[in-house]
Amino acid sequence: MKVLVAVKRVIDYNVKIRVKADNSGVETANVKFSMNPFDEIAVEEAVRLKEAGKATEIVAVSIGPATAQETLRTALAMGADRGVLVQTDDEVQPLAVAKLLKAVVDKEQPGLIILGKQAIDDDSNQTGQMLAALLGWSQGTFASKVVLGDGSAEVTREVDGGLETVSLKLPAIVTTDLRLNEPRYASLPNIMKAKKKPIDTMAPADLGVDTAPRLVTLKVEEPPKRKAGIKVADIAALVDKLKNEAKVI
Amino acid sequence: MSVLVLAEHEAGQLKAATLNTVTAAKQLGGDVHVLVAGSGVAAVAEAAAKVAGVAKVLLADAPAYANALAEPLSALLVQLAGGYSAILAPATTSGKNVLPRVAALKDVAQVSEIVAVVSPDTFVRPIYAGNALATVQSKDALKVITVRTTAFEAAAAEGGSAAVENVAAAADPALSSFVSQQLSKSERPELTSARIIISGGRGMQSGENFHLLEKVADKLNAAVGASRAAVDAGFVPNDLQVGQTGKIVAPELYIAVGISGAIQHLAGMKDSKVIVAINKDEEAPIFQVADYGLVADLFKALPELAAELDK
Repeated sequence: MKVLVAVKRVIDYNVKIRVKADNSGVETANVKFSMNPFDEIAVEEAVRLKEAGKATEIVAVSIGPATAQETLRTALAMGADRGVLVQTDDEVQPLAVAKLLKAVVDKEQPGLIILGKQAIDDDSNQTGQMLAALLGWSQGTFASKVVLGDGSAEVTREVDGGLETVSLKLPAIVTTDLRLNEPRYASLPNIMKAKKKPIDTMAPADLGVDTAPRLVTLKVEEPPKRKAGIKVADIAALVDKLKNEAKVI
Repeated sequence: MSVLVLAEHEAGQLKAATLNTVTAAKQLGGDVHVLVAGSGVAAVAEAAAKVAGVAKVLLADAPAYANALAEPLSALLVQLAGGYSAILAPATTSGKNVLPRVAALKDVAQVSEIVAVVSPDTFVRPIYAGNALATVQSKDALKVITVRTTAFEAAAAEGGSAAVENVAAAADPALSSFVSQQLSKSERPELTSARIIISGGRGMQSGENFHLLEKVADKLNAAVGASRAAVDAGFVPNDLQVGQTGKIVAPELYIAVGISGAIQHLAGMKDSKVIVAINKDEEAPIFQVADYGLVADLFKALPELAAELDK
């Protein structure tokens, strides 16, 4: 079975982001970018399926600027076989991403698509579900375990009350949660090999998709800052403060 | 035009998250309708009809909705969407699972996890783990919105007297089926609605050590939470995780124990009214957001705290 994974280039999760002075967005110049951590988990899951003999080919897809090639190379170094870059410098919102991915899926015909449950930049948590809707496929979101069967997949999902297991008719969409696996670090030989793996580049127009944003960002601001409070000397002082000053217990 | 709220319920009870979502829905203007979809959920519909400010309850009672699977539930919402200017759901794992599917089927954007309604088409939502707030305007005729429940007061559970109207089930796409669930059982309050939360991090060192937190929790009638590090290490189950990708909480009092304070954790709790941090590392970033900080070994501090609360 062919497995497709979607990967997004985002500001690295360790970077403390800064809001631009003109409130138009966040500062992206001279900032470290990496693959969205949930997408790393998606790539890892696909690679494990291939290692287990259940996946035959892994296609990694990214939508973004030319630099998203680096993100695809990371996926290739982890074990994906080839990359597809839908290159655009425009803002592409989740609905448009889902439409672009659908166009790629229509060509590639994978049996399973794995995506991160959310990107840590816009925190939307939409693309996988939207892609499933557009394809008319089943969805297993926030997965902590995936077991591929014959024509179906059992997915254990992290839900508010604990865990839930659903059975999905294949082809299906899976979105990853944190506990699905621990992504590997690419080895140097694999990083070198990845440089030779093919990446197909195309434009949104080549796929016939209108990516015009549906949401207009009017402004981006810093949230109100919390002030650091005081240090207390011991537990007795803490309980006294909570009882008599904050009055919360 | 009216707005539609997808009710969340469990074991025949309307969940509190629905009440916060009703408040957000009221701010959009127009009548608020609530959809209760499930199997054998007439009592939930009755409860929803009593919520203050709800004009009508739609009841879709069918086996296909028993486990709130995204595929049949989104088909139902799409069937009902015609009469509404907005569809809202709480930003719970259930709401997040279903609503983007509805949005895509209606070819509209979703506005995720709003924390404020500026006008019927303009909303504020956190991005970058809450380190920035974006004000966004939707250009779509139908708004599909998930609501961060901690940002909106709960509507009164009593005082309304809406009519309950039965609606027909939509065709079930039959793409997925429910297999099983493992729900965590706890006598303590639920994390997302608790007045006091005490959370443990990597510093707890093991799952067994969480009983030190639980002792304090029992004295305060508090919920127990955890950082991602504690969940990843297997100390406690995933449903205790507070943070950017776990639960977002805003209790009156949040006590962080052995938690360093990564931005991903702060994203989940920094709107708490009072924050207490107990950590042996006085440089830990958690102290930068704590109202009261205690630099101490938690294995000594927690038993002391339990004893002090008995006084």
